[in-house]
Amino acid sequence: MSSKQFKNPVANWVEKRLPVISPIHHTLFEHPFPRNLNFMWNFGSLAGLCLVIMIVTGIVLAMQYTPNTADAFGSVERIMRDVNSGWLLRYLHMNVASFFFIVVYIHMFRGLYYGSYKAPRELLWIIGVVILLLMMATGFLGYTLPWGQMSFWGATVITNLFSAIPGVGDAIVTWLWGGFSVDNPTLNRFFVLHFLLPFVILGVVILHILALHTSVSNNPLGIEIKGPQDTISFHPYFTIKDMLGVCVFLLLLCAFVFFMPNDMGHPDNYIPADPLVTPAHIVPEWYFLPFYAVLRSIPDKLMGVIAMFAAIGVLFILPWLDRSPVRSARFRPMFRVMFWAFLVICYILGTVGAQAPDNVYVFVVPYLFSFEVSSWMTVLTVGQITTALYFLFFLSLPILPLFEKTKPLPASISEAVLSKSEK
Amino acid sequence: MSNTGSGHDETKRDFLMVATAAVGAVGAGLTVWPFINSLNPSADVLALASIEVDLSTIEEGQSITVTWRGKPVFIRRQTAAEIADAEGVDVATLPDPQAYGDRVTKPGWLVMVGICTHLGCVPGGQKVTDNKGDFGGWYCPCHGSHYDTAGRIRKGPAPKNLEVPEYNFLSDNLIKIG
Ligand code: HEM
Ligand code: FES
Repeated sequence: MSSKQFKNPVANWVEKRLPVISPIHHTLFEHPFPRNLNFMWNFGSLAGLCLVIMIVTGIVLAMQYTPNTADAFGSVERIMRDVNSGWLLRYLHMNVASFFFIVVYIHMFRGLYYGSYKAPRELLWIIGVVILLLMMATGFLGYTLPWGQMSFWGATVITNLFSAIPGVGDAIVTWLWGGFSVDNPTLNRFFVLHFLLPFVILGVVILHILALHTSVSNNPLGIEIKGPQDTISFHPYFTIKDMLGVCVFLLLLCAFVFFMPNDMGHPDNYIPADPLVTPAHIVPEWYFLPFYAVLRSIPDKLMGVIAMFAAIGVLFILPWLDRSPVRSARFRPMFRVMFWAFLVICYILGTVGAQAPDNVYVFVVPYLFSFEVSSWMTVLTVGQITTALYFLFFLSLPILPLFEKTKPLPASISEAVLSKSEK
Repeated sequence: MSNTGSGHDETKRDFLMVATAAVGAVGAGLTVWPFINSLNPSADVLALASIEVDLSTIEEGQSITVTWRGKPVFIRRQTAAEIADAEGVDVATLPDPQAYGDRVTKPGWLVMVGICTHLGCVPGGQKVTDNKGDFGGWYCPCHGSHYDTAGRIRKGPAPKNLEVPEYNFLSDNLIKIG
């Protein structure tokens, strides 16, 4: 890197010996950001904030927590009752975990809508999917730590997924457990991995950002930057916009942390783990529900597990499934309709995952309303239909351009922005 | 393999390359193995692997649950009706065909690991008040698997019958599991 001159002599001194100042300076003042980025572009930095909060709260929690089956539940209760501000730290850790997933899911749907996974951003997208997988692993491992009933049975059901692998499945499960059931060795290694993975995520996030800076941000129009008239600098424009996003995020977070801290969790996790009694209805954390619904929709064990992993795995090949040259859904009338339908399907899958398979399906919007769609539709049926539609969405992308007439693209970002402001 | 004629002894060089890489790979594998294997059940976990259970207090139609290797084991002294029911099934029609006689050492005494072969929940059916499913045996509420009076899978996502652990009768009223 060619050494730059800064006004601050300390910055200059450091930069000569360790080139860390110039990349930051470059990002803030020189790197081109499209001038038409909307609020959907806030969720990347919010996800970064979540990761930082998780690591900071996690480290202080780990100083009070005991990863032993005899003491784990008690140590978490001690954090809640006796440790100074322990309740706050734990409620932050629990609720930011949920918010992290909300933020990342919005971030991904944003990418889907605006075609941010298309060339030249395929690798950027793939790294993102890797981060999602690592987050899922971390969330799952963390949920076992309080050693409540849902912790124990969630860990049992999820590790047992691997027993579906023909031949070596049972050996793998025994290896994962370090015993013949989920027990103390399992809790110990889950704690270590739960501590480790967030730092792995941090490393992969750095790769994600490197890839982003190489391919430059996409934008709501999905067209390339043509010149300096299309761009603005990060500071002060996006620093201020991101800070507004952070304020809204913190307000919502505080509403949960201080007024309904357990709403996104399951009450059964306040019952200590009992290896001899399975709760009547076990559910994973809400952010796994759509995938859990896919798993349950297939009556065959192995096929169910394959379908569940495929539901995430298909995201890896999305850049090659979608063959339309146009990125943004704004100019793709058919894709746009399919996108919203897909969003609804994912939501329904989530509600399916939360309900017992033999019951009559109830459509739910938490805090607002719920109703039975039809008395002959069981949760299983609705799950099977929506699972099929989920995969149909992806499978129809390669042939969609044959039928879709895309709208004309604007000549440049600046032209589109200016013509809008003239109206 | 042919000599390319470039003056170098390609064959010998290739051989050395491959041999070095192979030795390196084997060495790396041997080094990694202890790390992976350390996660397998340790000696103290394996040492707890067998238990003895006294059956003298169990009446006909009663079940008990004992813990073996951290898992529940269902022991049931079956009624004549249950035995007749389990024997009356056409084995060929079962998802995991197994005759009643192959699931018990001594007819009337059913010993099984009480773990659903789907994803590991504990099925209900041990208590009189439990839901026993469509076949009068055990029912797993997690994803809806029904087991019959011999613990065989009849309906639902579970692929196999409830596992029968290795056990033997030490005397009429004492069994050793594991
Ligand atoms: C990607 C970031 C992370 C996610 C998604 C995550 C998720 C979770 C979840 C869902 C729980 C269960 C909360 C509950 O129900 O009580 C948990 C617990 C825990 N986590 Fe994390 N975590 C993350 C980072 C960390 C880090 C970096 C550490 C330590 C360095 C940590 C330490 C702990 C500890 C000690 C507990 C048990 C105490 C408790 O239950 O609150 N976590 N985590
Ligand atoms: S674990 Fe029993 S049906 Fe899935």
